[in-house]
Amino acid sequence: MDISINLSDGVPIYRQIVNQVKYLVASGLLQPGEELPPIRTLALQLKVTPNTIVKAYGELEISGVIHKRQGSGTFVSDTRPQLAIRERRRVIEQRIDALLAEAHQLNFTAEELLKMVRDRKTAMDETTAEPIEAKKK
Amino acid sequence: MEQVTVDINGLSRAFGSKTALHDVTFRATAGKVHGLVGANGAGKTTFIKHLLGLLRATGGSVRVFGLDPVRDPVGVLSRVGYLSEEHDLPEWMRVDELMSYTQAYHPNWDAKYARELLDTFALDPAKKIKELSKGMRAQAGLIAAVAHRPELLILDEPSSGLDAMVRRDILDAIVRAVADDGRTVIFSSHLLDEVERMSDHVTLLQQGRVAVSGELDEVRRGFQRSRIHFIEHFDKAPVLETALAMEGGGRAWSVLHSGSIEQFRRSVLARGGEIVESRDATLEEIFLASAGRDRQQKEAA
Repeated sequence: MDISINLSDGVPIYRQIVNQVKYLVASGLLQPGEELPPIRTLALQLKVTPNTIVKAYGELEISGVIHKRQGSGTFVSDTRPQLAIRERRRVIEQRIDALLAEAHQLNFTAEELLKMVRDRKTAMDETTAEPIEAKKK
Repeated sequence: MEQVTVDINGLSRAFGSKTALHDVTFRATAGKVHGLVGANGAGKTTFIKHLLGLLRATGGSVRVFGLDPVRDPVGVLSRVGYLSEEHDLPEWMRVDELMSYTQAYHPNWDAKYARELLDTFALDPAKKIKELSKGMRAQAGLIAAVAHRPELLILDEPSSGLDAMVRRDILDAIVRAVADDGRTVIFSSHLLDEVERMSDHVTLLQQGRVAVSGELDEVRRGFQRSRIHFIEHFDKAPVLETALAMEGGGRAWSVLHSGSIEQFRRSVLARGGEIVESRDATLEEIFLASAGRDRQQKEAA
């Protein structure tokens, strides 16, 4: 499982694991029914205390993302559509919060920011549209 | 229920007139990894020697499995695995002799686990200890420390001076002790990222005293790192309540602070500043801020 731990951003390690598993599930990189690595394996891979994995898996189980099967392992639950929406929103909202804070620092209002987002989108559409047009010809 | 493996109350120790440990209270529970950090000379090794019964407390009490390690060294040490920074092993022994020698003291010796580790480390059993490299000595010492599946594994600066491969072997042994057997691990290290990853509990020793101790995530939540923008230009760091360390200059500063966030916010506001961003501090930031404060106090004295 592709998870990386960042010690410099101040987010507890178990929370980083929870967020990344949710992201993997939401993006379809982890599919329903797929098995998650055992606690010991993931602890060895990430070089973290096994209790951190226990805590992360526990939280993922409570929120219905994964489930344990008696004596066999931990598996991704079939909750994708719902989770996908929530998780996709969460990722984007995080970026928006950072953008709003930055804009505030640089003295842009939210209205100005919205206009800039629309302008950028238009500019982006124009540049990406051209090669497609060219291809058609 | 939490099973207490190590229970230390008000431990003090002096060497002559010099205080090495002062009123140290510490608890280790089964199934958890306890990280011990502190500057050189903060008392980590002295502390660990009390757990092993190698030093007698001047004051306070030390209990391991409910026993006094000084009065009952056999009762304690037969259930403890220990790896020291120097990896001090009998030089004249061969690796296989070290294994059978250690086995003789430990009825629970797991020969299969020992062999598996020897294979993993590619250690030659016929080699003499004195012929081994520093990394191989650490590996041999590690097998001797864990193959009897001790209830308490104590590692004193195990990673010191070792390459990434052997450091990884040591971390693996910690993970296995906790994940497979629910054992207690106490390890000291100056590699703070290692401690931050591997510890459930962390204790920061400072000049023989416990400066900070608790569950790692809680300890970190008690300290914040905030970025602040001021209207005014400051040549020197402005005085802010609850601030422990400040970096930056002019109008932009980065501050490490502890305690009440509200108190800090009011203090920033009173100085004409604004908090741009706040997050939990890392163990390294807490360590450096505490060490810095320590130095300031010493210089002031």
